[in-house]
Amino acid sequence: MANAKAEKTAANANANPAEDDFSLRSLQEAHQDKPRFDASEEQMLDFYRQMLLIRRFEEKAGQLYGLGLIGGFCHLYIGQEAVAIGLQSALDNDRDSVITGYRDHGHMLAYGIDPKVIMAELTGRAAGISKGKGGSMHMFSTEHKFYGGHGIVGAQVALGGGLALAHQYNDDGGLCLAYFGDGAANQGQVYETMNMASLWNLPIVFVVENNQYAMGTAVNRSSAETEFYRRGTAFRIPGMDVNGMDVLEVRGAAEIAFDHVRQGGGPVLMECNTYRYRGHSMSDPAKYRTREEVQGYRDTKDPIEAIKKTLMEKGKSEDDLKAIDKDIRKIVAEAADFAENSPEPEAAELYTDVLVGEY
Amino acid sequence: MSDVADKQQGAKSRKGTKDADGDRRLNMIEAINDALDIMLERDPDVIIMGEDVGYFGGVFRATAHLQEKHGKTRVFDTPISECGIIGVAVGMGAYGLRPVPEIQFADYIYPGLDQLISEAARLRYRSAAEYIAPLTVRSPFGGGIFGGQTHSQSPESIFTHVAGLKTVIPSTPHDAKGLLIAAIEDNDPVIFFEPKRIYNGPFSGYYDRPVQSWAKHADSVVPEGYYRIPLGKARTVREGTQMTVLAYGTMVHVAEAVAREKNIDAEILDLRTLVPLDIKAVEKSVEKTGKCMIVHEATRTSGFGAELSALVQERCFYHLEAPIERVTGFDTPYPHSLEWAYFPGPIRIGEAMDKLLEG
Ligand SMILES: Cc1ncc(C[n+]2csc(CCOP(=O)(O)OP(=O)(O)O)c2C)c(N)n1
Ligand SMILES: [Mg+2]
Repeated sequence: MANAKAEKTAANANANPAEDDFSLRSLQEAHQDKPRFDASEEQMLDFYRQMLLIRRFEEKAGQLYGLGLIGGFCHLYIGQEAVAIGLQSALDNDRDSVITGYRDHGHMLAYGIDPKVIMAELTGRAAGISKGKGGSMHMFSTEHKFYGGHGIVGAQVALGGGLALAHQYNDDGGLCLAYFGDGAANQGQVYETMNMASLWNLPIVFVVENNQYAMGTAVNRSSAETEFYRRGTAFRIPGMDVNGMDVLEVRGAAEIAFDHVRQGGGPVLMECNTYRYRGHSMSDPAKYRTREEVQGYRDTKDPIEAIKKTLMEKGKSEDDLKAIDKDIRKIVAEAADFAENSPEPEAAELYTDVLVGEY
Repeated sequence: MSDVADKQQGAKSRKGTKDADGDRRLNMIEAINDALDIMLERDPDVIIMGEDVGYFGGVFRATAHLQEKHGKTRVFDTPISECGIIGVAVGMGAYGLRPVPEIQFADYIYPGLDQLISEAARLRYRSAAEYIAPLTVRSPFGGGIFGGQTHSQSPESIFTHVAGLKTVIPSTPHDAKGLLIAAIEDNDPVIFFEPKRIYNGPFSGYYDRPVQSWAKHADSVVPEGYYRIPLGKARTVREGTQMTVLAYGTMVHVAEAVAREKNIDAEILDLRTLVPLDIKAVEKSVEKTGKCMIVHEATRTSGFGAELSALVQERCFYHLEAPIERVTGFDTPYPHSLEWAYFPGPIRIGEAMDKLLEG
């Protein structure tokens, strides 16, 4: 870390405004030069499958919530699938870590984690990935270096800074991908973290999933700067402005950002412009936006439809793709059955995992 | 409020329903809304701010229609920035305004703790009363809604522990209105915790029975116009001789239901404000009954019950015929599953009552 710090200071010492300006925009320019990732047909099929799994999983979760099988708070990722899949497909899962907020089902599924244990967590069952103790918002997987699911808006970003510092300290070559929302972007600790990350040259990619709303608040009603990718400039963090509705664009941007970080370039701030189709959580009357607005996204910008179209242009038949959907529906139905029928945790579990050991 | 305004308010009052006797009945949300409406009308220095309180009217609708009626300079949305919201409110208060910030859930007050503890609570003292912080922080708190660890907590004793803050917790629509008006008019910083489980109806704790509405509860009769209930005055919910039960918020109703169900002649005191505490009322009751039980949802260790227990022991020792009983939440985070095993409900309260009677 000492070295990284020294380098950073050296870079600052002969700062030249024109060069600074270029380096802050260089990643964005690279992205604009070649926005879309050259995916093989196999990769595209994978993206399609994974995004569709998220979509169908979330639809089912919405149904289970409606039936009263999922309690409390449940935030669906429908519409935003391309962000998690585009980014996480570019990770080196042996080294890299991920952390996010409470809208986390998609990020878990992106790892290929069994949908059963995710759904069972939503229903609060002992077989859930957090033993039914975390619920929809709080899921974790040490196996995949997925550090959660966090319910407090913005708090995970600082934790992400810590994960990145640990990557650097251990010199393990990993980076941290820290997601947060457009609403979370207004928490002070996000900027405390950006400053530290840049000061210490940490290997972290900050990702704003700008889905245009924080609960009922549209970005322009809460944010003085709504171009979130610009918000790193004050900390000398380069920004990227990415179409989050196109999985190939997100993946293309991920390649550039991860490369920059892995070469020791320090943090990157990426804004993925996306849209959530459903309410904020399940009890959202959605009176703050028009039906037409939502329909417009569904009809013209849907990330799954987009990749489907590309695949069909490449010669896949409608039937091939339908068969995939059928498989996925089956997987999701099985996950729902499992989540519905497995037992609740034992009452004694209330007292476990509060502190180390017996309590 | 002027007579004219009073009449207008009455004439176009959309709130609540009139019962057969012509009394106006409100639920707790409506009563809080009514108090805010009246204070906005009476005092141009009153300002309401918070996440989604303006355009959207609050996630629980407590500020519904207030922006429409009073305009955006009096009732406005903030970014998701609790530390900033509370800090800005302290500054506004120091300059002479009377801000009423809403923190969407008590669980999200922690990012603003520094501003509350180091600034709001201490400004009067360190400036020898040259400056004060007359803000009222409203926040829904408590469990029983399947909210898990980030939507259910009862953090009141964190605030009662801080010299320089007042802590108020209403348990009925009638009290919610009068206490909120008193809190807003109070020249000290007040934490006003609203038990969200009883927003729409009193909760008996028998979670498997049909939900009740406020309409049939005597204390849902809420007079029109301005009135205040002084801070520091407990309410005797029912008189009794066999034991004194000290409670506040949701637990007032649960304790009452259990006493009724078990035919126990308990005297139940609703403390209404924890700081300032109506210790005289507590003493008087315990001296009469000789037995004392304390009920709260919050975790046990260092909970407000510990303070109450110490006070009763110090002041009523020679009147006590049995050890003081405490029924509280367990010393664990609020769980996602097993909520009813965690909640200090009728079974635990009933057992403690039996024990006291035997003692
Ligand atoms: C500190 C804190 N304040 C408020 C909340 C309540 N809350 C939960 S989600 C949310 C909106 C967040 O919006 P955004 O960051 O844009 O994420 P999105 O829901 O759009 O994914 C709010 C205000 C919270 N969980 N934590
Ligand atoms: Mg958002």
